[in-house]
Amino acid sequence: MSNAIAELAEKAKSSKLDGRSKELRRLVIGGLQGARKGHIGSALSLIEIVRVLYDNTLNYKIGDLTWPERDRFILSKGHGCLGLYAILADKGFISKDELSTYSKEGSRLGGCCEELVPGIEATTGALGHGLSIGVGMAKGALMRKRNNRVFVLLGDGEMGEGSIWEAALSASKHNLTNLITIIDDNKVQLAGYTKDISCFGSLADKWSSFGFEVKEVNGHDIQELESVFEEKPKKNPMAIICHTVKGKGISFAENDSAWHWKNKISDDLINQMYVALEDY
Amino acid sequence: MFRACMNMISEMAKTNPNVVLIGCDHGPGVELSEEIQSRYFVEPISEANIAGMATGLAAEGYIPYILNHATFNTRKTYEQIALDACLQKRPIRVVGMGGGLTTAHLGPTHTAIEDVAIMRAIPDMTVVVPCDADEMTRLMPHTLTWPGTIYIRCAKYGRPIVSDDKAGFEIGKSILMREGAILIIANGAMTHRALTAAQQLSDKGIECGVLHVHTVKPLDKNIVDYVKKARKVFIVEEHTLIGGLGSACLELLIDHSVPAELPPIYRWGLPDAFVQTYGDQDLLLEAFNLQPEQLVKRIIHSVESEGAPFEIAMGKSYDDV
Repeated sequence: MSNAIAELAEKAKSSKLDGRSKELRRLVIGGLQGARKGHIGSALSLIEIVRVLYDNTLNYKIGDLTWPERDRFILSKGHGCLGLYAILADKGFISKDELSTYSKEGSRLGGCCEELVPGIEATTGALGHGLSIGVGMAKGALMRKRNNRVFVLLGDGEMGEGSIWEAALSASKHNLTNLITIIDDNKVQLAGYTKDISCFGSLADKWSSFGFEVKEVNGHDIQELESVFEEKPKKNPMAIICHTVKGKGISFAENDSAWHWKNKISDDLINQMYVALEDY
Repeated sequence: MFRACMNMISEMAKTNPNVVLIGCDHGPGVELSEEIQSRYFVEPISEANIAGMATGLAAEGYIPYILNHATFNTRKTYEQIALDACLQKRPIRVVGMGGGLTTAHLGPTHTAIEDVAIMRAIPDMTVVVPCDADEMTRLMPHTLTWPGTIYIRCAKYGRPIVSDDKAGFEIGKSILMREGAILIIANGAMTHRALTAAQQLSDKGIECGVLHVHTVKPLDKNIVDYVKKARKVFIVEEHTLIGGLGSACLELLIDHSVPAELPPIYRWGLPDAFVQTYGDQDLLLEAFNLQPEQLVKRIIHSVESEGAPFEIAMGKSYDDV
């Protein structure tokens, strides 16, 4: 890991959370109260990414979800959906009360994203699908001569899927400058550290070699995210590697693969999570 | 048949601006119209991505046709077809060239012996197996408006032409090509072989009908009535006996009739084994006792013996028995 990358990773670890980031995380914790299980660490690492996208970057109309000019956002790491549900509830796509139905019988808020939920563009959960769908949407937008952009958020562990790299080839071949690939590089996957399991080496070099314009940012820094999401590449598709922390905001859950997914979450543990978040 | 399919896509693109054709390092084999050129992509060898990309285009209102060998376009694309196309109702058209034993010269990697079964198992999927180039030409306009994802098996070269324009074409509606007390049910490359066998049987005094079931899913419920009226039924398919046309028909019959109403039914197809030999479609169909003359012998034997169905062990011909 180069010094610059190590520095970004350290900044991600030490980033403080403001009131809004904590409020969104409270929504995530609240979502656990029904089913008492979920991909918590995976949801908490992406909060600032979706916050900035929905607060600042994406063009959308809550009253017209099929507006053709809307920007598309696909959460390819569909298991991190509790983080997406939180911002969708915050923005009014769904109600905050509905969050507590997450993963429960009869709910439309499943343990992975489904496009039947207002604001969700693609059903994901089987990893490695989102970028190809995004390639098609981005190509379609260009063919329709529309100016909307397509954002696809991948997990770092997800990049072991060969289809991701197939899609990268295709995005590059078609010069999809309207396709923005975001990597939630939280460095931990279900079975342990991504560096031990997937051995990707330099992600920047990989994406660059596939013809992408690559940016690296602290994925918990609001200003850095706002700035990088506004960039519009002229020639190549863009990949933004966001250095994040798995379980960000809950000190005892951070960087721990045991919090990738957790079940049998007690009232006591939920209270501990709220306390840890307030103390962060 | 594949060329007829490509020609139709090219033609349809002239008047429908949403038609998109995506090849996987494979061309259409025909000269495409000028109108489709900007909507025709030859992608890297990346089947899963192509299927997923097609669903993204479908989300934007396009009608994507993805073309590849039947094996690769079903096995390597399976999850994308199931989850991105069918589950999310973003219809794509999956063109499987070289279905069945058509590309037997390339061996087991290219012989599509279970493609119908695996495609049929996906909810909301449509599976069509036309019998010749003319029928392919009649099918294709329906693919512009059909609501679900479609797998189109191109299971032979275009000739001989046995379908008739007068019979029309409707997805999900089988065609009785010939009437007779004995009934052969077939599709794809087996339909013209069934018709040839039926004629030879007729010459021998056995009146044999042929029901062409070009759509394996959704399956025509009228098949139940055709079967009930028959004295014996033979379902022949260029596919293993697991999950293909025969399985589909038996499932339908069990669900929509009582056993006492049904005549004896026999299924003849490919063995539950990879095809680890080479040759061409005709040679291999002969090896599996599915050529017309062999069908005739087997049917005669079955008709004359009212006992148990007559089956042939793998690797043996009828004459060996």
